[in-house]
Amino acid sequence: MNYQWDWDAVREAFPLLMEGFKTTLLATVLGTLVAAVLGLVVAMAGRAPTRLVTIPVRALTEFVRSTPLLVQLVGAYTIFNSFEPLTIGIAVLGIHYASYLSEVYRAGIDAVPKGQWEACRALSMSPRRTWQAVILPQAVRNVLPALGNYGIAMFKETPFLAVITVSEMVFEAQEYGSEHFVYAEVFTLAGLIFLAASYPTSLLMRKLEKRLGH
Amino acid sequence: MATDPLQKTNPEDRAPETAAGHLVVFDQVVKRYGDHVVLDHLDFTVERGQHVTLIGPSGSGKTTILRLLMTLERISGGLIMVSGKPLSHMAGPGGSLKPASEKYQREIRKKIGMVFQQFNLFPNMNVLQNITESPVNVLGMDRAEAEERAEELLDMVGLREKITAHPTQLSGGQQQRVAIARALAMRPEILLLDEVTSALDPELVAGVLDLLREIARTTDITMLCVTHEMNFARDISDQVLMFDSGRVIESGPPEKLFGDPDHERTREFLSAVL
Repeated sequence: MNYQWDWDAVREAFPLLMEGFKTTLLATVLGTLVAAVLGLVVAMAGRAPTRLVTIPVRALTEFVRSTPLLVQLVGAYTIFNSFEPLTIGIAVLGIHYASYLSEVYRAGIDAVPKGQWEACRALSMSPRRTWQAVILPQAVRNVLPALGNYGIAMFKETPFLAVITVSEMVFEAQEYGSEHFVYAEVFTLAGLIFLAASYPTSLLMRKLEKRLGH
Repeated sequence: MATDPLQKTNPEDRAPETAAGHLVVFDQVVKRYGDHVVLDHLDFTVERGQHVTLIGPSGSGKTTILRLLMTLERISGGLIMVSGKPLSHMAGPGGSLKPASEKYQREIRKKIGMVFQQFNLFPNMNVLQNITESPVNVLGMDRAEAEERAEELLDMVGLREKITAHPTQLSGGQQQRVAIARALAMRPEILLLDEVTSALDPELVAGVLDLLREIARTTDITMLCVTHEMNFARDISDQVLMFDSGRVIESGPPEKLFGDPDHERTREFLSAVL
């Protein structure tokens, strides 16, 4: 190995990558938000009393889970070509992860003890109030750590957005690399930036998990 | 076979009974889980203001009675009436009965409060919020009024200083006293007590029972309780029902039932628990 590491390229590419990192971060945060809300909606729809709701919901989540994110991105990009690529990217990430999070929510809701439902009934609470005041606050508390972990997982999958021309960090690295023919440096740099962001976050999540565990 | 309450019930037939003033009527009530019969054509009545205790061996269906009254379980047959209205059914076309809607059940349920063995306080709310939740959101009580009432109830159960505590910060006995306050905050006509001291450490039992004795003495709430505390049952009851295998095998005032039971099975049971 006598590869000449090009520090100048690292210095030069860094601000470009950070510019892309902003997009990465934006896609992650908004994508996680979409997934968190949509996942809950899907989980609750899955408990609907009629099969008219539960069967289509189950089929859709099964479909989303069984096809690759990359294919979904390209598919959505082709069909909804009038939208901003970033918007499509956030929506697809959100929907993709919602299909997983719905399972997490389902488990979180199931973990609320039966006695809580019975107490609500004994106090004549409406179904709406039962969910809003008692079940969901406890379920969300149950799933918060898992929610964070899925957020980190999504963060690391944002490079797929490069395929639909979203100029996130890896897209920028690719651009710079092909222009100056220095790939190792910029991709290593991109990897390190990912690590620097996700590792502390996962430590934080672990701490949160410990604090929530009773 | 009284499996279908629609078949055997005609509301007109029920009217004289309820006019006689029974607050709760169990009329040929059947509850089964699959093939297992828990309540076997059970008949009994509770009068307004009465304190009725259900005793009997575990698994004899005592708790199921309370759960049916609270509509936590569906009835398999027969009819339960609460102040003259069927609990699980409502008037349908032409004097018939049809299964009750959720809304109808909620109205009737408002008359009934329940205290559980496992307390079932809401861990995501503090003591005050636990108590005021339903008065505000179900009864539509003004929040300030509900809070004032909650404070009075906490005074009564001796936990005024715990008003902002969360359930996990309380002992079992304290949690149960809050649960009692929460049930009373809804001003129920009927209070169901389901083995409320069974999950408590022995030294905490007396405090909760004393509180319930106090409530029995000072209020006119009708109480229906399932308990293994025979001294407590003797103290507060007007009527004790001895239960076995899904049926009431003997009932009477506590002096009679504890002092001179008619039934051999009752004697056996009492000698085993006393």
